[in-house]
Amino acid sequence: MQKTIVTIEGKDTIGIIAKVCTYFADNGINILEITQTTSEDNLYMMMVVDTGKYAGTFRDLTDGLNAVGKEIGCSVRAQHEEIFDMMHRI
Amino acid sequence: MAIITLNEVRETNNMIQHENLDVRTITMGINLMDCMTDDVDRLCDNIYSKITRLAKDLVSVGNEIGLEFGVPIVNKRVSVTPIAIVGSSACKTKEDFVKIAKTLDRAAKTVGVNFIGGYSALVMKGITAADRLLIESIPLALSQTDYVCSSISVGSSKVGINMDAVRMMGDIVKKTAEITKDQDSIGCAKLVVFCNPADDNPFMAGAFHGVIEGDAVLNVGVSGPGVVKTAVEKVRGENFEVLCETIKKTAFKVTRIGQLVGKEASRRLGIPFGILDLSLAPTPAIGDSIADILQGMGLERVGAPGTTAALAILNDQVKKGGVMASSYVGGLSGAFIPVSEDASMAEAAEMGALTLEKLEAMTCVCSVGLDMIAIPGDTKASTIAGIIADEMAIGMINQKTTAVRVIPVIGKGVGDHAEFGGLLGDAPIMPVNTYACDEFVDRGGRIPAPIHSFKN
Repeated sequence: MQKTIVTIEGKDTIGIIAKVCTYFADNGINILEITQTTSEDNLYMMMVVDTGKYAGTFRDLTDGLNAVGKEIGCSVRAQHEEIFDMMHRI
Repeated sequence: MAIITLNEVRETNNMIQHENLDVRTITMGINLMDCMTDDVDRLCDNIYSKITRLAKDLVSVGNEIGLEFGVPIVNKRVSVTPIAIVGSSACKTKEDFVKIAKTLDRAAKTVGVNFIGGYSALVMKGITAADRLLIESIPLALSQTDYVCSSISVGSSKVGINMDAVRMMGDIVKKTAEITKDQDSIGCAKLVVFCNPADDNPFMAGAFHGVIEGDAVLNVGVSGPGVVKTAVEKVRGENFEVLCETIKKTAFKVTRIGQLVGKEASRRLGIPFGILDLSLAPTPAIGDSIADILQGMGLERVGAPGTTAALAILNDQVKKGGVMASSYVGGLSGAFIPVSEDASMAEAAEMGALTLEKLEAMTCVCSVGLDMIAIPGDTKASTIAGIIADEMAIGMINQKTTAVRVIPVIGKGVGDHAEFGGLLGDAPIMPVNTYACDEFVDRGGRIPAPIHSFKN
């Protein structure tokens, strides 16, 4: 398993989760957890996904997510989980 | 391990996206001892092939890690064994040493790094013939290369200060300024004079691969003045306990990123992880400033009374937080206070709030020294030697690294500006005390080692 954290930030609109989840389903990426918060129109969502079975490179993944991000008008970032573990867990 | 929360993810990404958190440099130290031979052309071939073999993947691996963790790794660099040692058998003239400098430059360009350090000599006590040739070759070497950085170590707490070398460096700084005067004497931005140098410093211009080091090593410099500044601003008006705890916790978080990147780069490149340098290093970018942190602590302008105390707090708390975050801490590990590379520092110098003398006082409590300070182009070589001697004395007596990187900008005086561009930034020309010290610095010889007891 390779845990990757995907964050989505931007204006909340209909179909954001649907678009992102479709991308994951099409690329063999399993979603482990979704958390989100909204304030007024703004959305901040975090998805923990397993990219262990994803066939492409990490660059392919970020390019793919950038394209999805453009479609839904949000910024979509993917990062290995370790950076957050290192910073917030001793 | 408890799963990471949304707020934690958000905090990390805010630091990266809005507070300039980055890993400032991954520097690969490369030992060139085994390249030594008595033929300068063969020596250059050996040096070129060793650097390009070991560092060939440094830049791509750095970029890859940056992408996967989502944190910029700004610089990838190489440091090498002091060239005065490496070239001691082969180099018979200054030009021979310049040949090595050009080889280093070519190797740096081939592997894609943006600086290569180690055009250096260790002359804290004595100067060999090779040391002398290398030092004399510095103006030519720095004017005929783009990426080569030079550092000369002229003193230590153990052996004292080599005043012959200090006097020489006054002239060399001046000559380097002259020969690069078309670009605001930028050669001097790549030239540092040290007391108590660090063998594993990843930061330029002073990085070199110490003689006590192994064959190759990865040293990482973290950064994050913007993150500390934001944290400090959130506790405005609170007492010193709260302030110190805040800086400490922030430094811990920032340092953890460097530890992660260093270990990961080491694994992928198959080169041992050396140390993490905890230094807070500013850039001219807005919000990436040490001066802003000090001002956030309650000073109207950096340079005001209280500045030295504020800097001492910052430096100490960064170390306290950072030491626990990394398995190996080394290098310079403190706050850098360059003038041209820190927009708010340059602004304070411009308006007269920050003087050369206050900067000197500040170097007593932080790393590293008088850094990236533009001074009038007509400053005498002996006066520059006097400035170096003062700074070396601070390092020698206080058992810390100190350094001088001043730029006498030829053709410019107080009221003018020097523009170096990029990460080097720009700065006002700061006034220098014009009373002479020639008789003092011209005495020759060494200042004896200081006493290590009766501390007061």
